[in-house]
Amino acid sequence: MAEIKAEKFEKVLTKYVDQEGSASLDFYRSHGGYEAAERVLKELKPDEVIETVKDSNLRGRGGAGFPCGLKWSFVPKDTDKPKYLVVNADESEPGTFKDRVIMERDPHQLIEGSLISAYALDSHICYIYIRGEYYDAFLAMQKAIDEAYEAGILGENVLGTGFRLDMTMHRGAGAYICGEETGLLSSLEGKRGLPKIKPPFPAVEGLFRCPTVVNNVETLSCVTHIFDRGVDWFKSIGPPEGPGPKLLCVSGHVERPGTYEVPMGINLLDLVNNHAGGIWKGNKLKAIIPGGSSAKILAAEECDVGMDYESLAAKDTMLGSGGVIVIDNKTDMVEALYNLLRFYAHESCGQCTPCREGTGWLQKICGRILHGDGRPEDPDMMLDLSKKMCGRTICVLADAAAFPCESIVSKFRSEFDEKIAAGDGHERTVHLGGPLVQPGALSAHNQERLDELQGGH
Amino acid sequence: MSDAPAVKKKFSEKGLEFIDWLLGRYPNKQAALLPVLRLAEEEFGNIDNDSVMLVAETLELSPGYVWGVLTFYTHYRREGDGKYLLQVCSTLPCALRGCRDIQHRLEEKLGIEAGETTEDGLFTLKKVECLGSCDTAPVVQVNEKYHENLDIEELDKLLETLRG
Ligand SMILES: Cc1cc2nc3c(=O)[nH]c(=O)nc-3n(C[C@H](O)[C@H](O)[C@H](O)COP(=O)(O)O)c2cc1C
Ligand code: SF4
Ligand code: FES
Repeated sequence: MAEIKAEKFEKVLTKYVDQEGSASLDFYRSHGGYEAAERVLKELKPDEVIETVKDSNLRGRGGAGFPCGLKWSFVPKDTDKPKYLVVNADESEPGTFKDRVIMERDPHQLIEGSLISAYALDSHICYIYIRGEYYDAFLAMQKAIDEAYEAGILGENVLGTGFRLDMTMHRGAGAYICGEETGLLSSLEGKRGLPKIKPPFPAVEGLFRCPTVVNNVETLSCVTHIFDRGVDWFKSIGPPEGPGPKLLCVSGHVERPGTYEVPMGINLLDLVNNHAGGIWKGNKLKAIIPGGSSAKILAAEECDVGMDYESLAAKDTMLGSGGVIVIDNKTDMVEALYNLLRFYAHESCGQCTPCREGTGWLQKICGRILHGDGRPEDPDMMLDLSKKMCGRTICVLADAAAFPCESIVSKFRSEFDEKIAAGDGHERTVHLGGPLVQPGALSAHNQERLDELQGGH
Repeated sequence: MSDAPAVKKKFSEKGLEFIDWLLGRYPNKQAALLPVLRLAEEEFGNIDNDSVMLVAETLELSPGYVWGVLTFYTHYRREGDGKYLLQVCSTLPCALRGCRDIQHRLEEKLGIEAGETTEDGLFTLKKVECLGSCDTAPVVQVNEKYHENLDIEELDKLLETLRG
């Protein structure tokens, strides 16, 4: 495999984030900020912008990796309905913390990218849906938006071009499912964050039943740099069919966890060993979840892989949200899986039976294995259940729960079997036929009322 | 009508101005529900039944609808929550770096379990999911503020500072 060297690579998304004042408009403009947007609005037609983004092969950074320009081209042109651009800043996939860096430290690149995108889509209203917990990022974004209005970069007459764009921050309130784009749109409409059946896709019928494009923070930030440095520059970074700079979030058992901006396609072991300082405490690598908790796990011997859409797909996993969760050899995989299954069971919105029941049962079964009550047939049952949850639900949260489960159980099967063999495997016996209510089980309060009614008979 | 239940709470003047601005940002009132709940939380410290009634009246929604939406979301401060909401992240990346010790230490020091509030009303302990700060695990969010890279010693210090 061709080595992609990170040394020659110049960071763009996080180039300035360590510098003082990097979030301010003055700072941003002193480094050429908003020049790309001005050029685009003055010199290009919206269609040309879409074509350029298509040509760049920019793929979504939020999880699904959908080609960005292609998604934009689905928005109908012949409609009098308003069109919305919605920035997905929910960032709640476990192991992901990159959008936060952009928003807290360099928010104007997101505003500029959104501005260019809104122009391409003929959209005049943009909402940024940010998870409620991200208070600091919310404040930084709000301040940046205020500055941009003040400077005539947002509002009635963007950069003197006559283009109009309003941008509004919208805070979520703690629900993983609001990161899923249709759940997000429900939430933005002031509802419970319930995902909706597709089709219709949001590009045709989304927010307030109008055409809507939802893109991730990092995706839209990439748009800025595509127009700043050119398509050829963008395509020269990593595999041309899904290129660009990429933020990878390394967490778990490494010496230096953090957000690393690297060329798409960097070798996973290079990332972990050289950028993130290797496995902590001198321990050995056991496994890596490469793309947020919903991606299938890679066992240590599978980790010699390029971090890009195609290479990871070839290993039957995905780049997902770019959350690289590193696990050392001291880790109990049953416990690790239980933690994730608990998460998904907690976050399922409950609309679809395979998801609601599936995540709940996976948690229960894994829990009983963990606590010494597992049965020999349990691992196979978990595999079977995982398979049956996929592709049968309104959104892919069910698949997102099934992927780690299926891959962890099958790749670390012996740990499950050992726990089951070591447990006492006892099952609780059920006593049928007794009185419905345990004698004397009425509370004093209830008993009092009953006595009152029946005079103690 | 006179027999409609009276709304006992009022937003401040500044709050009402904010709501006015907010309503201009969306095509309908319902879309402003999450931000207006946030405002209620800010102005009243938490969201109780009276706040729900006020929000419902303000946005011309039914109280039942507002309750339904409110209870879907876990991040609003609710009636009975302590002055400090200690939100311990418990998802895998934090678990790999010792968040369970942090949770146990808090339970031990506060004498409550996750989900409970201390008797003096100072602390509510909550187990939450990934806070988007796994590179600085373990993490506890206290109200709005993240406390990162915590160990037992720093955690004890943090509690002392909060106790004042
Ligand atoms: C359960 C679930 C959670 C998701 N969470 C997020 C998230 O937090 N942030 C995000 O950008 N995309 C998230 N996504 C992906 C979005 O649905 C959507 O694909 C994405 O925002 C599109 O933007 P992109 O094409 O720029 O990646 C999630 C998807 C699912 C199924
Ligand atoms: S798959 Fe799960 S989270 Fe998605 S809509 Fe169905 S029940 Fe809700
Ligand atoms: S798992 Fe704790 S912040 Fe992500």
